[in-house]
Amino acid sequence: MSGHPSTYEPKTAIERWLDTRLPLVRFSAELMDFPTPKNLNYWWTFGGILAIMLVVQIISGVVLAMHYVPHVDHAFVSVERIMRDVNHGWLIRYMHANGASMFFVAVYIHIARNLYYGSYKAPREMLWIIGCLIYLLMMATAFLGYVLPWGQMSFYGAVVITNLFGALPIIGEPITTWLWGGFAVDNPTLNRFFSLHYLLPFMIAGLVVLHIWALHVPGNNNPAGINVKSKDDTVPFHPYYTVKDGFAASLFLIMFAVFIFFMPNVLGHADNYVPANPLVTPAHIVPEWYFLPFYAILRAVPDKLMGVLMMFGAIAVLFVLPWLDTSKVRSMRYRPTARWFYLFFIVAVFILGYCGGNTPDAPVIGHSTGVLFLGDDINSIVWLSRLMTLYYFAYFLVITPILGLRETTLAVPDSISTPVLSHGVSTPSGATAEPEKRG
Amino acid sequence: MANTNPGGSAAGPGHDDPSRRDFIHIAAAAAAIGGVAATAWPLIDQMNPSADTLALASIEFDLSKVEPGQQVTVKWRGKPVFVRNRTEKEIAEAVRGDSANLKDPQADAQRHKDGKAQWLILVGTCTHLGCVPNFKSALEQGIYQGWFCPCHGSVYDTSGRIRKGPAPTNLEVPEYAFLSDTKVKIG
Amino acid sequence: MLRKAAIFAALVGLTLAGPALAKTTEKHPHAVAWSFDGPFGKFDQAQLQRGFKVYREVCAACHSMSLLSYRDLAANGGPFASAKYPNPNENPFVKAIASEVEVADIDSETGDPTTRKATPADKFRAPYANEAAGRAANSGAYPPDLSVITKAREGGPNYIYAILTGYHDAPQGLTVAPGQYYNPYFPGDLESIWTGDKAKTPVGGLLAMPPPLATDQVTFDDGTKATVAQEAEDVVAFLAWASEPKQVERKRTGFAVLIYLVLFAGLLYASYRRIWKNVAH
Repeated sequence: MSGHPSTYEPKTAIERWLDTRLPLVRFSAELMDFPTPKNLNYWWTFGGILAIMLVVQIISGVVLAMHYVPHVDHAFVSVERIMRDVNHGWLIRYMHANGASMFFVAVYIHIARNLYYGSYKAPREMLWIIGCLIYLLMMATAFLGYVLPWGQMSFYGAVVITNLFGALPIIGEPITTWLWGGFAVDNPTLNRFFSLHYLLPFMIAGLVVLHIWALHVPGNNNPAGINVKSKDDTVPFHPYYTVKDGFAASLFLIMFAVFIFFMPNVLGHADNYVPANPLVTPAHIVPEWYFLPFYAILRAVPDKLMGVLMMFGAIAVLFVLPWLDTSKVRSMRYRPTARWFYLFFIVAVFILGYCGGNTPDAPVIGHSTGVLFLGDDINSIVWLSRLMTLYYFAYFLVITPILGLRETTLAVPDSISTPVLSHGVSTPSGATAEPEKRG
Repeated sequence: MANTNPGGSAAGPGHDDPSRRDFIHIAAAAAAIGGVAATAWPLIDQMNPSADTLALASIEFDLSKVEPGQQVTVKWRGKPVFVRNRTEKEIAEAVRGDSANLKDPQADAQRHKDGKAQWLILVGTCTHLGCVPNFKSALEQGIYQGWFCPCHGSVYDTSGRIRKGPAPTNLEVPEYAFLSDTKVKIG
Repeated sequence: MLRKAAIFAALVGLTLAGPALAKTTEKHPHAVAWSFDGPFGKFDQAQLQRGFKVYREVCAACHSMSLLSYRDLAANGGPFASAKYPNPNENPFVKAIASEVEVADIDSETGDPTTRKATPADKFRAPYANEAAGRAANSGAYPPDLSVITKAREGGPNYIYAILTGYHDAPQGLTVAPGQYYNPYFPGDLESIWTGDKAKTPVGGLLAMPPPLATDQVTFDDGTKATVAQEAEDVVAFLAWASEPKQVERKRTGFAVLIYLVLFAGLLYASYRRIWKNVAH
């Protein structure tokens, strides 16, 4: 599939039989042998970690579905039954709930890596777009899943997100009624959300297969951002990167285990242990932490429809990034100016997340000043959100295109294996310049 | 030079190949397999009966409400269980059947507790294909005066033994114990 | 590596920042030193028994705990767990406690509603038949179910303890309606009923629950002095256990899992270094 000639030779009779009918062993051997740049750093281990998390979520989810009841009168109680009566139910439930958060931690680091090293740039545009689609489906899946325990946050999260569609002119109300299956979020909504929550992860799995295929056509990017020139630049994926990914995954699992076993509810909300009550809304509704930046963008805009469009726009802009970036240099290791703007972008996203977790009119520092600008206090979360939203969109739509044309970049090395070695060897193979500093 | 040997070194010639049989790799692989097995166990065990199901694994039943000649059906582990207070006639009939040509030979005395011949406790599912037999009194029924299964016509006597019809074995006697003269624990 | 750690720390810090304080205000609860706190925390069985007694004699009159069954009291780590009775359904203490309770049943002969003695398999009997009945008996306020209460409130056990011990007379100038009780730890917005200086509005709110605990309200079987603080501490420990009976098992398992993972990571790291030893990268 990647166009590299295969060196696989079937050894046993069974292998030969299979090879002419469905070359599974050849296919796995090619995956294992895949020539991977030898200078990948630890930021490259998150792809493997994501694959592991997808498997963890699917397995734990299918098992939970053996006990969960998707009916408004039984959902909350069935989850508690899992926690109390099902053998190891508490473990599987906490794995699944915290696994979702871990999945997003990994995907955000993975995306950050792609932005910094230019992994979305030609010829990897399809890889990036499929990745954006996976991210979109992940967000949909997470939203649907959070509704299922039918706590107060589950219910009102469903109310808020389904009501967003009502912002669309003319078609908004019929769409919302269609989503609800009734006049409000109720049993039909819960039941269909369960069905879709079960379905979407398998669509994600299919996209992951395409994602890996799209990766293997051009091959991996690498921290230097330069193309692989020869076999000297690469090592076979197995055992070099299977073991490295395994090691990184074991560290990630340590973090995962700390959450599951010692602080399983810290990433959630106490209000979700209160059964859903359509007549009483909790004082503070917040989505799960991984949605907070988008929630901040939504609330930054005073107009309901524009807020919805901006929120979806913040995700849509990612899809066209390969065409917005005019830089000839892929990796920000050699783009010192771009690095600063990137750093501010990361900080802006964190600040947006912070804003999303607070009420819009809360003061940012100290007390409200009483000085209003366009109806809102200048020292307020909502103005901070607006500033950061502006930077978010400016980063993609203005800064990135202009930077590529204007910036001065550092000299990009000729190839991966010649001077770009940070780890010495007992007898280095032809290293001439001093080791490149890692960026 | 090109060297895409899986597990082989990408270094130049004359260097050690990290052998796949190095102890550390075997140890790491073994630890991985152990970890996978330890993770797999809870995922498999969760399908075993949960605590609330096991809580209903035994039930206690008060016998004082069951008059002689009467039968009560209780639900135990999702199945019907007949608790019958047999009359002297029924007991005699059952003992007489001990010497008959039985498909599943069993003496009546083996099917009740010592000294409590009047209490017959049986799992009320026909051993043929699982339907629930009905008790037929002497008036309605022919010779055997026991249970009759409407699905395929199996006939059981007053000890619950199969006498006629396709069922292969006698009605099952569940595990039970008398907690007192009027209370029995089933399961 | 350091960058990864910094980003992770920032992420955790962000999530722990939590939802903001809005218009409601409340006094922040003090941290109580619970026996079940921390990675090695566990429950004191005597305290759980005392706490259950407080629940049963004081709280159960209004508050249901419908997610718990009587047999849960005898499960591993519970107030009446006993090595002599590994099957909680056969624990005599639990059978005795259950048999003192009458639960709803249907007469199998007539079909009429009737009652029967509870068995360990039954869920805790709720004081009210339904929410409407609960509201009617409590001037419109429904006493919440306590099954997961320490997980369902910000501040968890500390918050519940603060509420139970924190009642005091409403400050002068607060117009409190009958059937409402002032508690500084309960989130509320008292501006509308405060007649004094608006800048000095008292923190806290009004609850429909009167102070439930009093000295010697419950007589503890083990002779512990039943002060309000003791009763509150014991009942909160019981409620914390009830909210998640498996928490001690969870922490113990976590300890073993982490040891394994650290060793496993070590093995993998050694394997990784061995593989990459002769590759310039």
